[in-house]
Amino acid sequence: MSTTAVPDVAVAAVDEGFWTRTRKVGLVLVALGLLATVLFGALATGEQARFTLSEDAAGAALEINGTVGAVLFGLFTLAAGAAMLAGLPKRLFIPVLAVGLVAFVLSFLCWQVSAAPTGQNFMPLVNIVRGTFLLALPLIFGSLAGVLCERSGVVNVAIEGQLLMGAFSGALFGSISGSVWVGLLAAAIGGSFISLLLAVFSIRYLVDQVVMGIVLNLLAVGITGFLYERLMQTDAARYNSAPRFSNWEIPLLSDIPVLGPALFRGNIFLYLALLLVLVIHIALFRTRWGLRTRSVGEHPTAADTLGVRVLGLRYRNVIMAGAVAGIGGASYTLALFSFTKNMIGGKGFIALAALIFGRWSPTGALLAALFFGFADQLATYLGAINSVIPGQFLAMLPYLATILAVAGLVGRVRAPAADGKPYIKG
Amino acid sequence: MSDPNAQPGSPDKEPASEDQAARTALGNTERAEAATTPGGSGPRPTLGRLFLENLWAANTFTVTLLSLVLAMIVGAILMIISDPEVLATYSYITARPSDAISASWTLVSEAYANLFKGSVFDPAANSFNSALSPISETLTYTAPLVFTGLSVALAFRGGLFNIGAQGQATMGVILAALAGFLLPLPPGLHLLVAVLAGALGGAIWGFIPGILKARTGAHEVINTIMLNYIAVYFLTWLIVQNGVQDPNRTDAISRPVEASAQLPRLFGDGLRAHAGIILAVLATWAVAWLLNRSTLGFELRAVGANPDAARTAGMSVTRTYVLIMVFAGALAGLGGSQMVLGTTAAALTPLVVAQIGFDGILVALLGRVKPWGVALAALLFGALQAGGNRMQSYSGISLELVTVLQALIVIFIAAPALVKAIFQLRAARAARLQTSLAKGW
Repeated sequence: MSTTAVPDVAVAAVDEGFWTRTRKVGLVLVALGLLATVLFGALATGEQARFTLSEDAAGAALEINGTVGAVLFGLFTLAAGAAMLAGLPKRLFIPVLAVGLVAFVLSFLCWQVSAAPTGQNFMPLVNIVRGTFLLALPLIFGSLAGVLCERSGVVNVAIEGQLLMGAFSGALFGSISGSVWVGLLAAAIGGSFISLLLAVFSIRYLVDQVVMGIVLNLLAVGITGFLYERLMQTDAARYNSAPRFSNWEIPLLSDIPVLGPALFRGNIFLYLALLLVLVIHIALFRTRWGLRTRSVGEHPTAADTLGVRVLGLRYRNVIMAGAVAGIGGASYTLALFSFTKNMIGGKGFIALAALIFGRWSPTGALLAALFFGFADQLATYLGAINSVIPGQFLAMLPYLATILAVAGLVGRVRAPAADGKPYIKG
Repeated sequence: MSDPNAQPGSPDKEPASEDQAARTALGNTERAEAATTPGGSGPRPTLGRLFLENLWAANTFTVTLLSLVLAMIVGAILMIISDPEVLATYSYITARPSDAISASWTLVSEAYANLFKGSVFDPAANSFNSALSPISETLTYTAPLVFTGLSVALAFRGGLFNIGAQGQATMGVILAALAGFLLPLPPGLHLLVAVLAGALGGAIWGFIPGILKARTGAHEVINTIMLNYIAVYFLTWLIVQNGVQDPNRTDAISRPVEASAQLPRLFGDGLRAHAGIILAVLATWAVAWLLNRSTLGFELRAVGANPDAARTAGMSVTRTYVLIMVFAGALAGLGGSQMVLGTTAAALTPLVVAQIGFDGILVALLGRVKPWGVALAALLFGALQAGGNRMQSYSGISLELVTVLQALIVIFIAAPALVKAIFQLRAARAARLQTSLAKGW
C-alpha cells in the first residue's frame, strides 16, 4: 500500500508530536466507549442476558443483567481508550486495543441479547463459535492461497475463481466417481487450473496481474455456470450429488466445554484449514523454501543473484495456492451443499480482504478470517432475534475494516515489495 | 512499419503519446495502423502491399479478430463436451468419423448462427420491427457498457485501475431510481434530474477511493473492490425500507420509476432501444475531447504516464487523482442509472446492475482504453449479450457461454504474444508486442 503513496502529501511525517498513533486510536476507543456506555446502556433492558454454553437455552450459562453489562463493558472500553490517551508503553498497545474492542463487542451483545423478544434472551455460544469457523472456512483457505501467491510476488485477485472452480470440480468428479477423496483431489486440481492460467499469463506473458485476476474470475463464473446448466441441471443425480465428508469427532478434545462441540466435531476441512495455517506459517518463516519465497516477493533481483530460480518458484507457489483455494471451494460442495451457480458469491473477495487485513501473514489471515466469519455469524444471529441492527450493515464490516486498515487508520499495512511486479531476467 | 530500415528514428523515442497508458495496461499493438508510412529516403511500398503485409501481422485489428476466433473455438469445444448426444458420437469416431463431425458442426453452427441472428440480423424476419429487433437489443445492452467501459478507461489513462465501476454503477442506480420515484417533477426536468442523480451517486463513490489514494496512498484497487460490496449491501438494505419498497410486493423490489423519468424509446414502443445509446455516443465524444483536447486531459495523461515527472512540471498529482476518480465514478454512475431509467428494468432489485461494472473492465481493455475503441468494444459485448439471449432460448446453450467468450477474448487480447505464436503472425514491430508491466499493489 504505502509503496504507492503519493509523495506530494505528507503522510506519516506529521504523525509525531502529541498525537501519536496510540493517542489517535485511544481517542477512537474513548468515543466507542462513550457510545457503548451511554447508548447501549440506555437501550439495553433489565433482562438477564444469558450466554449459554450449549446449543440452546438450556444448561449452564454466563449471565449478566443487560443494562449493567452494557454499561460495565462500555466502561472497560472507555478505560482502555483513556489509558492510551494517557500515553501507553508501545508493547502494551496491542493487548489494550484488544481488550477495548472485545469489551465494546460484549457491551453491544449485552444490549442486543437483553433487548431480544421475551424468551430469546440468550446467545448459544456453541452455535456462535461453530458458525464463525464454518463461515470463515472458505476465507481461511482463500486467504492462505493469497499468502502463498503474494508472498512470492504475484497478486492473486483470482481467489474467487479458484474457490469456485474447486467447488465445481469437487462436486462434479466427486459425483461421477462416488468418492469424496477423488472429489477432493479434483477440487485441488480445479483450483490449480485457474491459478496455472494466472501463473502462465502473468509470469510468461507479463499480463497485468490484477487484470488477469479479474478476467479469470469471470472465466470461472462463466465456465462453471455453463457446465452447471448443461450437465448438473439436466442430470443432477449423476453430476451433482457428490458424497460428503462426515464429521470426525476427536476423542478427548471434543469434551472441552463450548470449544469441544463447536470445533472438534467438525469435518476434515476445518482440521485441514487449521493445520494448513500452522504448516504455512512454519514453512514461510522457518524453512529454506519460506526464506526464498519471501525474498522473491520482496526483491527478486537479489534473490536471483543468489541463485534462487525466481520464475520457477513463482510458478510453483501460484499453482500450490490454487490447490489450497480449490480445497477451500470443496469445503462447500463436499461437506455442506450441492453446487449452484456462482455459489462462492464474493467470499473470494472477502478472503482477499482478510489477506490484506491480516497483513499478508498466515496467522494474521486466520485471525482476520475468523473476525469476518464472526461478523457474518453475528448478522445471522441478530436476524434471528429481530434486532434493530440491519444484517447488511454487519455484512459491510469486513470491507469497511479493510478500507480503514489500508488507509492507515489502524496501523499501516504493507504488501510484499515486489507484489504484482513481473520479474524479467536480464 | 513494414520496412524497419527505412524508419528514420526508432518509434520508441517518440514523445509520450496518448496511448502510453494503453501500452502499459496491455500488450499494445495499436500503432501499427496509426504510424505513417516511412518518409523520405526509402522506396514507398504500394498501398496494396502494405495492406497484405499488415493483414497477417500482429496489429490491433488482426489480434482482436483472431482473439475472437480463438474464443469461439474454445466455446465450441465447451459446447461439444457438454452435450451428451454429440459426445456419444465420439465413442465410435474411428469407425464413422462423419457422424461425430456432422453432429458437432450442427450443434456449433446453429448456436453461433443464433448468436448472429439475435444480435445483428435475422434473415427470417418478415416485418420492419422484427428486422430491427436484433440491432435494438444490441444497442440496449451496449449503452450502459459504454459508460462503465469509459469509466475504467479514463481512470486507466490517469494511471489508476478502477475496479469499482460496479459499485459506482450501483450507487448511480440507487440515486437515479430514488430521484425517479420520489421527486414529483415535470417530464423533461424529471429525466434530467434522475440522470444527474445517477452521475452524482457514482461520483461520490468514486471520490472516496480517489481522496484515500491522494491523502494516504491507499491503493485504489483494494478500496474499489471493497466499496463494490459495501454498495451492494447498501442496495439490498435500502430496497426493503419503507417508502422505497413497492407497497404491493413482499419481495425485495422497489417502487417503479415514474414514466416522466424514463429515457424515451428510439424505434417506437415495440423495440427496447432507448435514448441511452445517444447519451453513450455523446459521452464517448466528451471523454475523447477531455482526454485529447483539454488541459485536464493533458494533466491526466501526464500523471498516468509518469507521476513524478508531472509533479516536477508543477501539476498537482493528488488533485488529478481525485478528479480522475470523480469523473470515472460519474461515468459509471450514468451507466448504472440506465439500468432503471432505460428499458432493462424500472425498479431496483438486488441484481439490478447485473455485471455492467465488471464487464466495463473487459470492455475498456478490449477497447485499448481509447474512447472510441471502448465504444466499439461495448458494441461487440452488447451484441454478444443480445445474441446470447437468442442462443439460450433457441439452441438451449446457456447464456454463461457469453461470459466465457468475453473473458477469453480479453485474455487473448491481453497476451498478444500468445496469439502471435499460435497463428505464426509476423511481428508488426518488435517493440510493440511487449505486454504490460504491472504496477502491483
